[in-house]
Amino acid sequence: MSNIVNVQSPLYHADFESLASVTKEGGVSLREAKLLGHLNLRGNSDSPEFKNGVEKALGLTLPLTPCTSLQNDDATIMWLSPDEWLIIVEGGQEATVEETLRANITGHFAVSDISGGQTILEISGPDCIKVMQKSTGYDFHLKQFPVGKVIGTAFAKSSTYIRRTSYDSFQLVVRRSFADYFWLWLQQSSKEYGLRITL
Amino acid sequence: MLHIYCPYCEEYREEEEFHPHGQAHIVRPLAPESLTDEEWSQYLFFRKNPRGLHHEMWVHAAGCRKFFNMTRHTVTYKILETYKMGQQPSITAEDTQ
Ligand SMILES: [Zn+2]
Repeated sequence: MSNIVNVQSPLYHADFESLASVTKEGGVSLREAKLLGHLNLRGNSDSPEFKNGVEKALGLTLPLTPCTSLQNDDATIMWLSPDEWLIIVEGGQEATVEETLRANITGHFAVSDISGGQTILEISGPDCIKVMQKSTGYDFHLKQFPVGKVIGTAFAKSSTYIRRTSYDSFQLVVRRSFADYFWLWLQQSSKEYGLRITL
Repeated sequence: MLHIYCPYCEEYREEEEFHPHGQAHIVRPLAPESLTDEEWSQYLFFRKNPRGLHHEMWVHAAGCRKFFNMTRHTVTYKILETYKMGQQPSITAEDTQ
């Protein structure tokens, strides 16, 4: 028996590789940031051991302001709730980062590797805000939703985290089992603007 | 559609993101085994159903997934305040009578 596990994105069946070569134009671009490392971190942000430990392990300050995120070259950390964060790292790095977190944090905390449970869809382009506005009730004005902000909300009736990465680009953190639903929804709702798949 | 202020996300969000979870400030008895059947059933089953101000628990289900409390008027649906778990309401029915 082979020990090699072939990890597949929940959207492997959509075959983005082929679609990318045939969809050259469109007001909306979609890319799957697939097979990244996703770590869920829980702990008490009032505890200095926790806060300092995370900072030492990631070289990033723990975001304590609600709905904010911070990133450096190696990791992105998103505030999900007062005691919960999502850390995104390069695919394959999650075990090492998890170990580093465990080595640096003392006290009561939890870190779980949830890489297999969710994926990230990146939507961008001049018309992507219109697609976002069709899909959720949140206000996409830059004053309400600045770059770097991350919100947990209902997107097309399914829960997701949305992070704004520039004026007209967003990351959607979606559950693995909902990935196909999001893919279908995004095809439908971007149809009138043209959908372009990028790699 | 109600606009509800989540005290944890610190902003207003759409009602779609929330679920109501019934009466707030129900304290679990510390020694359930020493209660009479009546006291235990009061704790388990009996809830207030006021016409007017009500303190309820809600959860920000699609957002931060935290429970919080709300003071809401059951006739007008007006939300007078939301506040974190462990906190006490600043508006009560006695205030408005
Ligand atoms: Zn919230």
